[in-house]
Amino acid sequence: MKPSIDASAPDWAALRDDFPILGQSVHGHPLVYFDNGATTQKPRVVIESLVHYYEHDNANVHRGVHELSFRATTAYEAARTRVAEFIHAASSDEIVFTRGTTEGLNLIAYTFTSRLKPGDAILVTEMEHHSNLVPWQLLAKRTGARLLFVPVTGDDGLLDLSGIEGLLAQNVKLFAFPQVSNTLGTINPAQELCARARAHGAVSVVDAAQSAGHMPVDVQALGCDFLAFSGHKMAGPTGIGVLYGRLKLLEEMDPFQSGGDMIASVQYDHSTWNKVPHKFEAGTPHIAGAVGLHAALDYLDAIGRPAIAAHDSQLARDAYARLAEVPGIRLFGPSGERGGLVCFGLAGAHAHDVVTFADQEGIALRGGHHCTQPLWHKLGIAATTRASFYLYNTPAEVDRLIGVIHRAAKFFG
Amino acid sequence: MDLTELYQSVILENNRRPRNYRKLPEANRIASGNNPVCGDEITVFVQLDGDRIADISFQGAGCAISQASASVMTQRLKGRTLAEAETLFGRFKEIVTEGKPDDEDLDLSAFAGVHQFPARIKCATLGWHAAINAVHGDSVTASTE
Repeated sequence: MKPSIDASAPDWAALRDDFPILGQSVHGHPLVYFDNGATTQKPRVVIESLVHYYEHDNANVHRGVHELSFRATTAYEAARTRVAEFIHAASSDEIVFTRGTTEGLNLIAYTFTSRLKPGDAILVTEMEHHSNLVPWQLLAKRTGARLLFVPVTGDDGLLDLSGIEGLLAQNVKLFAFPQVSNTLGTINPAQELCARARAHGAVSVVDAAQSAGHMPVDVQALGCDFLAFSGHKMAGPTGIGVLYGRLKLLEEMDPFQSGGDMIASVQYDHSTWNKVPHKFEAGTPHIAGAVGLHAALDYLDAIGRPAIAAHDSQLARDAYARLAEVPGIRLFGPSGERGGLVCFGLAGAHAHDVVTFADQEGIALRGGHHCTQPLWHKLGIAATTRASFYLYNTPAEVDRLIGVIHRAAKFFG
Repeated sequence: MDLTELYQSVILENNRRPRNYRKLPEANRIASGNNPVCGDEITVFVQLDGDRIADISFQGAGCAISQASASVMTQRLKGRTLAEAETLFGRFKEIVTEGKPDDEDLDLSAFAGVHQFPARIKCATLGWHAAINAVHGDSVTASTE
Protein backbone atom coordinates (compact mmCIF):
# COMPACT_ATOMS: atom_id res chain seq x y z
CA MET A 1 0.00 0.00 0.00
CA LYS A 2 1.39 3.40 -0.98
CA PRO A 3 1.53 6.20 1.60
CA SER A 4 -0.98 8.87 0.80
CA ILE A 5 0.03 12.52 0.95
CA ASP A 6 -3.58 13.52 1.56
CA ALA A 7 -4.13 10.97 4.28
CA SER A 8 -7.58 11.41 5.73
CA ALA A 9 -7.31 11.84 9.47
CA PRO A 10 -6.99 8.41 11.07
CA ASP A 11 -9.04 7.58 14.17
CA TRP A 12 -6.07 7.74 16.53
CA ALA A 13 -7.98 6.65 19.61
CA ALA A 14 -9.27 3.54 17.80
CA LEU A 15 -5.74 2.64 16.72
CA ARG A 16 -4.83 2.10 20.37
CA ASP A 17 -6.95 -1.06 20.32
CA ASP A 18 -4.54 -2.52 17.77
CA PHE A 19 -1.86 -2.65 20.50
CA PRO A 20 -2.69 -5.31 23.10
CA ILE A 21 -0.03 -4.12 25.57
CA LEU A 22 -1.56 -0.66 25.94
CA GLY A 23 -4.68 -1.93 27.68
CA GLN A 24 -2.97 -2.60 30.99
CA SER A 25 -2.55 -0.64 34.19
CA VAL A 26 0.84 0.02 35.77
CA HIS A 27 1.02 0.79 39.51
CA GLY A 28 -2.75 1.20 39.50
CA HIS A 29 -2.90 3.69 36.61
CA PRO A 30 -3.65 3.17 32.90
CA LEU A 31 -0.31 2.78 31.16
CA VAL A 32 1.01 5.81 29.29
CA TYR A 33 3.86 4.63 27.11
CA PHE A 34 6.19 7.53 26.30
CA ASP A 35 9.41 5.59 25.73
CA ASN A 36 8.97 5.11 22.00
CA GLY A 37 12.39 6.51 21.19
CA ALA A 38 13.81 3.43 22.89
CA THR A 39 11.36 0.96 21.37
CA THR A 40 7.78 1.11 20.17
CA GLN A 41 4.93 -1.25 20.99
CA LYS A 42 3.70 -3.82 18.47
CA PRO A 43 0.27 -3.98 16.86
CA ARG A 44 -1.63 -7.26 16.88
CA VAL A 45 -1.02 -7.78 13.14
CA VAL A 46 2.74 -7.85 13.75
CA ILE A 47 2.46 -10.25 16.69
CA GLU A 48 0.12 -12.49 14.68
CA SER A 49 2.48 -12.49 11.70
CA LEU A 50 5.20 -13.95 13.93
CA VAL A 51 2.87 -16.59 15.31
CA HIS A 52 1.63 -17.46 11.83
CA TYR A 53 5.15 -17.76 10.49
CA TYR A 54 6.25 -20.08 13.30
CA GLU A 55 3.04 -22.11 13.20
CA HIS A 56 2.93 -22.60 9.43
CA ASP A 57 6.01 -21.65 7.45
CA ASN A 58 9.08 -21.98 9.66
CA ALA A 59 12.16 -23.42 7.93
CA ASN A 60 15.62 -22.20 6.99
CA VAL A 61 15.97 -19.95 3.96
CA HIS A 62 17.83 -20.20 0.66
CA ARG A 63 19.25 -23.69 1.14
CA GLY A 64 16.28 -26.00 1.11
CA VAL A 65 14.20 -27.40 -1.69
CA HIS A 66 11.29 -28.59 0.40
CA GLU A 67 7.97 -26.78 0.61
CA LEU A 68 8.47 -25.07 3.98
CA SER A 69 11.91 -23.81 3.02
CA PHE A 70 10.41 -22.41 -0.15
CA ARG A 71 7.73 -20.61 1.86
CA ALA A 72 10.20 -19.24 4.41
CA THR A 73 12.49 -18.01 1.63
CA THR A 74 9.59 -16.43 -0.20
CA ALA A 75 8.42 -14.65 2.95
CA TYR A 76 11.92 -13.45 3.81
CA GLU A 77 12.60 -12.10 0.30
CA ALA A 78 9.11 -10.58 0.11
CA ALA A 79 9.99 -8.63 3.22
CA ARG A 80 13.15 -7.36 1.51
CA THR A 81 11.14 -6.22 -1.50
CA ARG A 82 8.63 -4.51 0.81
CA VAL A 83 11.44 -2.65 2.63
CA ALA A 84 12.85 -1.48 -0.70
CA GLU A 85 9.42 -0.14 -1.63
CA PHE A 86 8.98 1.45 1.82
CA ILE A 87 12.14 3.57 1.52
CA HIS A 88 11.95 3.83 -2.29
CA ALA A 89 15.23 2.02 -2.96
CA ALA A 90 16.04 1.43 -6.63
CA SER A 91 16.42 -2.31 -6.04
CA SER A 92 15.76 -4.84 -3.31
CA ASP A 93 19.42 -5.86 -3.73
CA GLU A 94 20.24 -2.66 -1.88
CA ILE A 95 18.47 -3.91 1.26
CA VAL A 96 20.66 -5.74 3.80
CA PHE A 97 18.88 -7.21 6.80
CA THR A 98 20.71 -6.58 10.06
CA ARG A 99 19.94 -6.86 13.76
CA GLY A 100 19.29 -3.15 13.90
CA THR A 101 20.71 0.31 13.26
CA THR A 102 23.79 -0.39 15.36
CA GLU A 103 24.76 -3.45 13.35
CA GLY A 104 24.17 -1.62 10.07
CA LEU A 105 26.47 1.23 11.09
CA ASN A 106 29.08 -1.23 12.35
CA LEU A 107 28.91 -3.08 9.04
CA ILE A 108 29.89 0.10 7.19
CA ALA A 109 32.55 1.06 9.74
CA TYR A 110 34.10 -2.40 9.63
CA THR A 111 34.18 -2.72 5.85
CA PHE A 112 35.51 0.81 5.40
CA THR A 113 38.70 -0.15 7.23
CA SER A 114 40.27 -0.98 3.87
CA ARG A 115 39.01 2.24 2.27
CA LEU A 116 40.47 4.86 4.64
CA LYS A 117 44.06 5.87 5.30
CA PRO A 118 45.95 8.38 7.48
CA GLY A 119 45.13 11.90 6.39
CA ASP A 120 41.53 11.02 5.57
CA ALA A 121 38.72 12.24 7.78
CA ILE A 122 35.33 11.00 9.01
CA LEU A 123 32.72 13.67 9.71
CA VAL A 124 29.91 13.21 12.23
CA THR A 125 27.83 15.64 14.32
CA GLU A 126 27.89 16.54 17.99
CA MET A 127 24.38 15.10 18.38
CA GLU A 128 25.23 11.49 17.53
CA HIS A 129 23.79 8.53 19.39
CA HIS A 130 26.73 6.44 20.63
CA SER A 131 25.93 3.90 17.90
CA ASN A 132 26.71 6.52 15.23
CA LEU A 133 29.85 7.71 17.02
CA VAL A 134 31.74 4.81 18.59
CA PRO A 135 31.99 2.72 15.36
CA TRP A 136 33.58 5.76 13.65
CA GLN A 137 35.93 6.31 16.59
CA LEU A 138 37.13 2.74 16.18
CA LEU A 139 37.36 3.09 12.40
CA ALA A 140 39.46 6.24 12.88
CA LYS A 141 41.71 4.38 15.30
CA ARG A 142 42.15 1.43 12.92
CA THR A 143 42.93 3.56 9.88
CA GLY A 144 44.62 6.69 11.26
CA ALA A 145 41.81 8.84 9.88
CA ARG A 146 40.67 11.89 11.87
CA LEU A 147 37.21 12.28 13.35
CA LEU A 148 35.62 15.72 12.81
CA PHE A 149 32.38 17.13 14.22
CA VAL A 150 29.64 19.42 12.94
CA PRO A 151 28.85 21.54 16.03
CA VAL A 152 25.46 21.77 17.74
CA THR A 153 24.33 25.35 18.37
CA GLY A 154 23.24 24.89 22.01
CA ASP A 155 20.06 24.00 23.89
CA ASP A 156 18.01 24.70 20.74
CA GLY A 157 19.75 21.67 19.26
CA LEU A 158 20.36 22.69 15.67
CA LEU A 159 23.37 21.79 13.57
CA ASP A 160 25.64 24.78 13.02
CA LEU A 161 26.26 24.42 9.30
CA SER A 162 28.17 27.70 8.93
CA GLY A 163 31.52 25.89 8.78
CA ILE A 164 30.47 22.65 7.09
CA GLU A 165 32.13 23.36 3.75
CA GLY A 166 35.43 23.91 5.56
CA LEU A 167 34.96 20.65 7.45
CA LEU A 168 34.09 18.62 4.35
CA ALA A 169 37.09 20.10 2.55
CA GLN A 170 39.41 18.42 5.09
CA ASN A 171 39.58 15.24 3.05
CA VAL A 172 36.35 13.85 4.48
CA LYS A 173 35.62 10.40 3.05
CA LEU A 174 32.48 9.63 5.02
CA PHE A 175 29.83 11.87 6.62
CA ALA A 176 27.43 10.23 9.10
CA PHE A 177 24.54 12.03 10.80
CA PRO A 178 21.09 11.34 12.29
CA GLN A 179 18.01 12.25 10.28
CA VAL A 180 16.23 12.94 13.59
CA SER A 181 18.14 13.38 16.86
CA ASN A 182 17.10 10.87 19.53
CA THR A 183 17.56 13.43 22.31
CA LEU A 184 17.03 16.86 20.79
CA GLY A 185 14.22 15.91 18.43
CA THR A 186 15.92 17.97 15.72
CA ILE A 187 14.99 17.08 12.15
CA ASN A 188 18.21 17.58 10.23
CA PRO A 189 18.25 18.71 6.58
CA ALA A 190 19.27 15.25 5.39
CA GLN A 191 18.87 15.92 1.69
CA GLU A 192 21.10 19.01 1.86
CA LEU A 193 23.72 17.23 3.97
CA CYS A 194 23.88 14.29 1.55
CA ALA A 195 24.28 16.70 -1.37
CA ARG A 196 27.10 18.54 0.37
CA ALA A 197 28.85 15.24 1.15
CA ARG A 198 28.50 14.09 -2.44
CA ALA A 199 29.92 17.38 -3.75
CA HIS A 200 33.07 16.65 -1.75
CA GLY A 201 33.26 13.03 -2.83
CA ALA A 202 32.31 11.80 0.63
CA VAL A 203 30.00 8.86 1.28
CA SER A 204 26.87 9.84 3.25
CA VAL A 205 25.48 7.67 6.07
CA VAL A 206 22.05 8.49 7.47
CA ASP A 207 21.09 7.17 10.90
CA ALA A 208 17.35 6.79 10.41
CA ALA A 209 16.61 5.02 13.71
CA GLN A 210 14.31 7.83 14.87
CA SER A 211 12.87 8.74 11.48
CA ALA A 212 12.09 5.61 9.45
CA GLY A 213 8.95 4.74 11.41
CA HIS A 214 7.83 8.32 11.91
CA MET A 215 7.99 10.08 8.55
CA PRO A 216 8.26 9.30 4.86
CA VAL A 217 11.82 8.27 4.02
CA ASP A 218 12.88 8.15 0.37
CA VAL A 219 16.53 7.18 -0.11
CA GLN A 220 16.59 8.33 -3.74
CA ALA A 221 15.14 11.73 -2.88
CA LEU A 222 17.58 12.04 0.02
CA GLY A 223 20.45 11.08 -2.23
CA CYS A 224 22.14 9.12 0.55
CA ASP A 225 24.70 6.37 0.08
CA PHE A 226 23.71 4.46 3.22
CA LEU A 227 20.72 4.58 5.55
CA ALA A 228 20.23 2.40 8.63
CA PHE A 229 17.22 1.76 10.84
CA SER A 230 15.73 -0.66 13.37
CA GLY A 231 12.47 -2.59 13.07
CA HIS A 232 11.64 -2.40 16.76
CA LYS A 233 11.47 1.41 16.73
CA MET A 234 8.74 1.29 14.07
CA ALA A 235 6.18 -1.19 15.40
CA GLY A 236 8.23 -4.21 14.27
CA PRO A 237 10.01 -6.93 16.23
CA THR A 238 13.34 -6.54 18.02
CA GLY A 239 16.42 -8.07 16.41
CA ILE A 240 15.64 -7.06 12.83
CA GLY A 241 16.93 -3.95 11.11
CA VAL A 242 17.85 -2.65 7.72
CA LEU A 243 20.91 -1.24 6.10
CA TYR A 244 20.23 0.41 2.77
CA GLY A 245 23.34 0.82 0.63
CA ARG A 246 23.78 2.10 -2.89
CA LEU A 247 24.29 -1.00 -5.03
CA LYS A 248 27.63 0.01 -6.50
CA LEU A 249 29.07 0.68 -3.05
CA LEU A 250 27.76 -2.59 -1.61
CA GLU A 251 29.29 -4.47 -4.51
CA GLU A 252 32.67 -2.83 -3.96
CA MET A 253 32.73 -3.48 -0.23
CA ASP A 254 34.35 -6.42 1.52
CA PRO A 255 32.11 -8.78 3.51
CA PHE A 256 31.34 -8.02 7.13
CA GLN A 257 30.67 -11.26 8.98
CA SER A 258 31.42 -14.50 7.17
CA GLY A 259 30.09 -18.04 7.18
CA GLY A 260 27.13 -19.76 5.60
CA ASP A 261 24.81 -18.09 3.09
CA MET A 262 27.24 -15.29 2.24
CA ILE A 263 29.48 -17.43 0.03
CA ALA A 264 29.40 -18.39 -3.63
CA SER A 265 31.93 -21.19 -3.33
CA VAL A 266 34.19 -22.41 -0.55
CA GLN A 267 37.41 -24.37 -0.79
CA TYR A 268 39.75 -25.22 2.03
CA ASP A 269 42.03 -22.27 1.39
CA HIS A 270 39.78 -19.62 -0.06
CA SER A 271 36.21 -18.62 -0.84
CA THR A 272 34.27 -16.36 -3.13
CA TRP A 273 31.36 -14.23 -2.06
CA ASN A 274 27.68 -14.46 -2.79
CA LYS A 275 26.11 -11.52 -4.59
CA VAL A 276 24.77 -8.46 -2.83
CA PRO A 277 22.91 -8.32 -0.45
CA HIS A 278 23.51 -11.93 0.62
CA LYS A 279 27.24 -11.22 0.85
CA PHE A 280 26.43 -9.25 4.01
CA GLU A 281 24.04 -11.76 5.59
CA ALA A 282 26.16 -14.53 7.05
CA GLY A 283 24.38 -17.29 8.91
CA THR A 284 20.68 -17.94 9.36
CA PRO A 285 18.96 -14.55 9.37
CA HIS A 286 16.10 -13.40 11.60
CA ILE A 287 13.46 -14.71 9.18
CA ALA A 288 10.54 -14.24 11.55
CA GLY A 289 11.80 -10.75 12.30
CA ALA A 290 11.75 -9.87 8.60
CA VAL A 291 8.21 -11.25 8.33
CA GLY A 292 7.16 -9.17 11.35
CA LEU A 293 8.83 -6.08 9.92
CA HIS A 294 6.92 -6.60 6.67
CA ALA A 295 3.66 -6.60 8.64
CA ALA A 296 4.75 -3.47 10.52
CA LEU A 297 5.50 -1.58 7.30
CA ASP A 298 2.08 -2.51 5.91
CA TYR A 299 0.50 -1.33 9.16
CA LEU A 300 2.29 2.03 9.10
CA ASP A 301 1.49 2.68 5.46
CA ALA A 302 -2.17 1.82 6.00
CA ILE A 303 -2.27 4.72 8.47
CA GLY A 304 0.01 6.89 6.35
CA ARG A 305 3.43 8.14 7.34
CA PRO A 306 2.66 11.84 6.67
CA ALA A 307 -0.22 11.54 9.13
CA ILE A 308 1.96 9.76 11.69
CA ALA A 309 4.66 12.43 11.34
CA ALA A 310 2.13 15.22 11.87
CA HIS A 311 0.56 13.42 14.85
CA ASP A 312 3.86 12.71 16.66
CA SER A 313 5.22 16.18 16.00
CA GLN A 314 2.02 17.85 17.21
CA LEU A 315 2.15 15.94 20.52
CA ALA A 316 5.83 16.88 20.94
CA ARG A 317 5.25 20.57 20.19
CA ASP A 318 2.30 20.69 22.60
CA ALA A 319 4.33 18.97 25.31
CA TYR A 320 7.26 21.32 24.70
CA ALA A 321 5.11 24.44 24.96
CA ARG A 322 3.36 23.29 28.13
CA LEU A 323 6.46 21.90 29.84
CA ALA A 324 8.05 25.34 29.38
CA GLU A 325 5.68 26.55 32.12
CA VAL A 326 7.06 24.12 34.74
CA PRO A 327 9.25 25.98 37.28
CA GLY A 328 12.94 25.06 36.98
CA ILE A 329 12.63 23.25 33.64
CA ARG A 330 15.28 23.35 30.93
CA LEU A 331 14.06 22.19 27.53
CA PHE A 332 16.26 20.92 24.73
CA GLY A 333 15.87 20.93 21.00
CA PRO A 334 14.16 23.29 18.57
CA SER A 335 11.06 25.13 19.73
CA GLY A 336 9.46 24.94 16.28
CA GLU A 337 9.43 21.97 13.95
CA ARG A 338 10.63 18.84 15.71
CA GLY A 339 10.39 15.07 15.69
CA GLY A 340 8.09 13.28 18.11
CA LEU A 341 10.02 13.65 21.35
CA VAL A 342 10.84 16.12 24.10
CA CYS A 343 13.90 16.10 26.37
CA PHE A 344 14.26 18.22 29.50
CA GLY A 345 16.11 18.76 32.75
CA LEU A 346 14.41 19.77 35.97
CA ALA A 347 16.31 21.87 38.54
CA GLY A 348 16.71 19.94 41.79
CA ALA A 349 15.30 16.70 40.40
CA HIS A 350 17.57 14.15 38.80
CA ALA A 351 16.18 12.46 35.69
CA HIS A 352 16.05 9.03 37.33
CA ASP A 353 14.02 10.43 40.21
CA VAL A 354 11.63 12.06 37.74
CA VAL A 355 11.28 8.75 35.86
CA THR A 356 10.60 6.83 39.07
CA PHE A 357 8.06 9.48 40.09
CA ALA A 358 6.22 9.27 36.76
CA ASP A 359 6.39 5.47 36.73
CA GLN A 360 4.42 5.39 39.97
CA GLU A 361 1.61 7.07 38.02
CA GLY A 362 1.89 4.55 35.19
CA ILE A 363 3.81 6.86 32.84
CA ALA A 364 6.84 5.30 31.14
CA LEU A 365 9.58 7.87 30.48
CA ARG A 366 13.32 7.51 29.97
CA GLY A 367 15.96 9.21 32.07
CA GLY A 368 19.71 9.35 31.68
CA HIS A 369 22.14 10.23 28.95
CA HIS A 370 20.12 8.49 26.18
CA CYS A 371 23.39 7.32 24.61
CA THR A 372 24.44 10.87 23.73
CA GLN A 373 26.92 11.45 26.57
CA PRO A 374 29.26 13.85 24.74
CA LEU A 375 26.32 16.09 23.81
CA TRP A 376 25.18 16.43 27.42
CA HIS A 377 28.76 17.04 28.50
CA LYS A 378 28.90 19.91 25.99
CA LEU A 379 25.55 21.29 27.17
CA GLY A 380 26.60 20.91 30.81
CA ILE A 381 23.95 18.50 32.09
CA ALA A 382 24.54 14.86 33.02
CA ALA A 383 21.08 13.40 32.71
CA THR A 384 17.77 14.43 31.18
CA THR A 385 14.25 13.06 31.02
CA ARG A 386 12.73 12.16 27.66
CA ALA A 387 9.14 11.68 26.57
CA SER A 388 8.91 10.22 23.06
CA PHE A 389 5.65 9.79 21.21
CA TYR A 390 4.11 7.46 18.67
CA LEU A 391 0.92 6.99 16.73
CA TYR A 392 -1.02 5.50 19.67
CA ASN A 393 -0.31 8.37 22.07
CA THR A 394 -3.04 10.93 22.72
CA PRO A 395 -3.39 14.56 23.87
CA ALA A 396 -5.02 13.24 27.07
CA GLU A 397 -1.79 11.34 27.79
CA VAL A 398 0.21 14.51 27.28
CA ASP A 399 -2.09 16.14 29.87
CA ARG A 400 -1.06 13.42 32.33
CA LEU A 401 2.61 14.03 31.52
CA ILE A 402 2.31 17.74 32.19
CA GLY A 403 0.54 17.03 35.49
CA VAL A 404 3.13 14.58 36.74
CA ILE A 405 6.09 16.80 35.82
CA HIS A 406 4.54 19.69 37.74
CA ARG A 407 4.09 17.39 40.74
CA ALA A 408 7.65 16.05 40.46
CA ALA A 409 9.04 19.60 40.33
CA LYS A 410 7.16 20.40 43.52
CA PHE A 411 8.09 17.12 45.25
CA PHE A 412 11.84 17.30 44.61
CA GLY A 413 12.23 21.08 44.38
CA MET B 1 2.70 2.25 46.50
CA ASP B 2 3.27 5.62 48.09
CA LEU B 3 6.33 7.34 46.66
CA THR B 4 7.15 8.78 50.06
CA GLU B 5 8.12 5.23 51.06
CA LEU B 6 11.04 5.57 48.67
CA TYR B 7 11.64 9.27 48.98
CA GLN B 8 11.55 9.66 52.76
CA SER B 9 12.00 13.18 54.07
CA VAL B 10 15.53 12.27 55.22
CA ILE B 11 16.40 11.42 51.61
CA LEU B 12 14.77 14.49 50.05
CA GLU B 13 16.40 16.72 52.65
CA ASN B 14 19.88 15.21 52.23
CA ASN B 15 19.51 15.49 48.46
CA ARG B 16 18.62 19.18 48.68
CA ARG B 17 21.39 19.94 51.18
CA PRO B 18 24.00 17.19 51.01
CA ARG B 19 26.26 17.10 54.08
CA ASN B 20 30.06 16.99 53.80
CA TYR B 21 29.79 17.82 50.11
CA ARG B 22 33.30 19.16 49.49
CA LYS B 23 36.83 18.19 48.74
CA LEU B 24 38.91 17.28 51.77
CA PRO B 25 42.38 18.88 51.58
CA GLU B 26 43.64 16.60 54.40
CA ALA B 27 42.41 13.44 52.66
CA ASN B 28 44.96 10.64 52.47
CA ARG B 29 42.56 8.24 50.79
CA ILE B 30 40.43 8.99 47.74
CA ALA B 31 38.26 6.61 45.74
CA SER B 32 35.65 7.02 43.03
CA GLY B 33 32.43 5.33 42.10
CA ASN B 34 30.91 5.33 38.65
CA ASN B 35 27.79 3.70 37.26
CA PRO B 36 28.35 4.38 33.57
CA VAL B 37 25.01 3.13 32.27
CA CYS B 38 23.09 5.20 34.78
CA GLY B 39 25.56 8.09 34.78
CA ASP B 40 25.98 8.44 38.56
CA GLU B 41 29.44 9.52 39.63
CA ILE B 42 30.92 10.02 43.07
CA THR B 43 34.30 10.73 44.65
CA VAL B 44 34.83 9.98 48.33
CA PHE B 45 37.60 11.70 50.31
CA VAL B 46 38.82 10.08 53.55
CA GLN B 47 41.26 11.31 56.13
CA LEU B 48 42.37 8.11 57.78
CA ASP B 49 44.08 8.35 61.18
CA GLY B 50 45.41 4.90 62.00
CA ASP B 51 42.38 2.69 61.55
CA ARG B 52 39.93 5.47 62.31
CA ILE B 53 38.09 7.66 59.79
CA ALA B 54 38.99 11.10 61.15
CA ASP B 55 37.06 12.90 58.44
CA ILE B 56 35.15 12.00 55.28
CA SER B 57 33.50 13.98 52.47
CA PHE B 58 32.20 13.44 48.97
CA GLN B 59 31.40 15.10 45.68
CA GLY B 60 29.41 13.79 42.78
CA ALA B 61 26.36 13.90 40.59
CA GLY B 62 23.42 11.56 40.48
CA CYS B 63 19.87 10.87 41.56
CA ALA B 64 18.41 11.76 44.93
CA ILE B 65 18.95 8.22 46.24
CA SER B 66 22.66 8.19 45.41
CA GLN B 67 23.35 11.71 46.65
CA ALA B 68 21.36 11.37 49.88
CA SER B 69 22.89 7.97 50.57
CA ALA B 70 26.41 9.38 50.25
CA SER B 71 25.46 12.35 52.41
CA VAL B 72 24.06 10.16 55.20
CA MET B 73 27.01 7.79 54.82
CA THR B 74 29.57 10.52 55.53
CA GLN B 75 27.69 11.46 58.70
CA ARG B 76 27.57 7.86 59.89
CA LEU B 77 31.19 6.97 59.04
CA LYS B 78 32.96 9.96 60.52
CA GLY B 79 34.93 8.88 63.60
CA ARG B 80 34.39 5.16 62.97
CA THR B 81 37.04 2.45 62.82
CA LEU B 82 37.44 0.37 59.69
CA ALA B 83 35.72 -2.59 61.36
CA GLU B 84 32.81 -0.40 62.43
CA ALA B 85 32.54 1.00 58.91
CA GLU B 86 32.33 -2.51 57.44
CA THR B 87 29.64 -3.47 59.97
CA LEU B 88 27.61 -0.35 59.18
CA PHE B 89 27.84 -1.02 55.45
CA GLY B 90 26.64 -4.57 56.05
CA ARG B 91 23.67 -3.25 57.99
CA PHE B 92 22.92 -0.69 55.29
CA LYS B 93 22.98 -3.38 52.59
CA GLU B 94 20.44 -5.39 54.60
CA ILE B 95 18.24 -2.33 54.89
CA VAL B 96 18.21 -1.56 51.15
CA THR B 97 18.01 -5.14 49.90
CA GLU B 98 15.60 -6.62 52.46
CA GLY B 99 13.79 -3.53 53.66
CA LYS B 100 14.52 -4.30 57.32
CA PRO B 101 14.69 -1.01 59.18
CA ASP B 102 17.09 -0.57 62.08
CA ASP B 103 15.22 1.10 64.92
CA GLU B 104 18.47 2.42 66.36
CA ASP B 105 19.55 4.07 63.15
CA LEU B 106 16.71 6.11 61.69
CA ASP B 107 18.83 7.85 59.07
CA LEU B 108 20.02 4.59 57.52
CA SER B 109 16.53 3.14 57.89
CA ALA B 110 15.17 5.93 55.72
CA PHE B 111 16.51 3.90 52.80
CA ALA B 112 14.40 0.81 53.61
CA GLY B 113 11.94 1.72 50.84
CA VAL B 114 14.65 1.22 48.24
CA HIS B 115 14.21 -2.56 48.45
CA GLN B 116 10.85 -2.17 46.68
CA PHE B 117 12.69 -0.54 43.76
CA PRO B 118 15.38 -3.13 42.94
CA ALA B 119 16.72 -1.00 40.07
CA ARG B 120 17.66 1.68 42.60
CA ILE B 121 19.68 -0.45 45.05
CA LYS B 122 22.76 0.28 42.98
CA CYS B 123 22.19 4.01 43.48
CA ALA B 124 22.00 3.65 47.25
CA THR B 125 25.17 1.57 47.57
CA LEU B 126 27.52 3.32 45.11
CA GLY B 127 28.94 5.83 47.63
CA TRP B 128 29.39 3.14 50.25
CA HIS B 129 31.38 0.92 47.91
CA ALA B 130 33.61 3.86 47.01
CA ALA B 131 34.11 4.69 50.69
CA ILE B 132 35.03 1.12 51.64
CA ASN B 133 37.47 1.01 48.71
CA ALA B 134 38.96 4.30 49.92
CA VAL B 135 39.58 3.17 53.48
CA HIS B 136 41.20 0.00 52.19
CA GLY B 137 43.49 2.05 49.97
CA ASP B 138 41.99 0.42 46.94
CA SER B 139 42.11 2.92 44.08
CA VAL B 140 39.88 0.90 41.74
CA THR B 141 36.71 2.75 40.66
CA ALA B 142 33.69 1.19 42.30
CA SER B 143 30.64 0.30 40.27
CA THR B 144 27.37 -1.22 41.41
CA GLU B 145 25.90 -1.81 37.93
